[in-house]
Amino acid sequence: MDFEKTENGSTLTVSLIGELDSMNTPELEEKLIKEIEGVHDLVFDLAKLEYISSAGLRVLLQMQKTMKTQGSMVIKNTNDEVMDIFKVTGFVRLLNLA
Amino acid sequence: MKELKVEATIENLSKVFTFLQEALDTCDCPARTKRQIKLCVEEIFMNITHYAYNPETGTATIKFSVENGDKPPRAVISFEDSGKPYDPLKKEDPDVEADLDERPIGGLGIYLVKTTMDAVAYEHKDGQNVFTIEKEIGKIVG
Repeated sequence: MDFEKTENGSTLTVSLIGELDSMNTPELEEKLIKEIEGVHDLVFDLAKLEYISSAGLRVLLQMQKTMKTQGSMVIKNTNDEVMDIFKVTGFVRLLNLA
Repeated sequence: MKELKVEATIENLSKVFTFLQEALDTCDCPARTKRQIKLCVEEIFMNITHYAYNPETGTATIKFSVENGDKPPRAVISFEDSGKPYDPLKKEDPDVEADLDERPIGGLGIYLVKTTMDAVAYEHKDGQNVFTIEKEIGKIVG
């Protein structure tokens, strides 16, 4: 699991790359919490996210809750399999999917 | 049947993934089904580390087989542990219609297992938690 970030003004784009599972999610969460400090608009690019389990869903939900109070969060380029999981769990209603 | 016995710790999830990958490689199984099974195996294994053994530790035994019979081939995967009796199927389903403010962080793992597998079962037998999942797969290779 890796991530790449791109900053453009007040927008931070985070690309998640690889597989987000219970082993690597805690470290990612810790880094993301620091990255989004002071960020107004957060974009997650999931084009290269191949796998996500409930641990990763928890992080996205936490990020969405945090960003609701400090700005906005958008998720883009979700692939079909990750989208299946977003649908089953009702995340399609909770997340702003571009 | 293939079998893996490991200490139920987060770090050992990688061993579980390797075991599962090798087992699934013998099946002519669509990639999407493989990933669904992987997801469920992760959720159940993590449940064992969190609920059966926390804070103590113990082992989990994972058994993988493919059953044919008169039905299409199905992967049957069972998880056995000797921890506290815990039936994850009794856990209430999350309200997937709830709004962001009402949505708790978590509680999705077993729900994903129940919704993506064809059959799930729990029993407490001989002092062990036994959780079994079944998923229809493609033909067996070779």
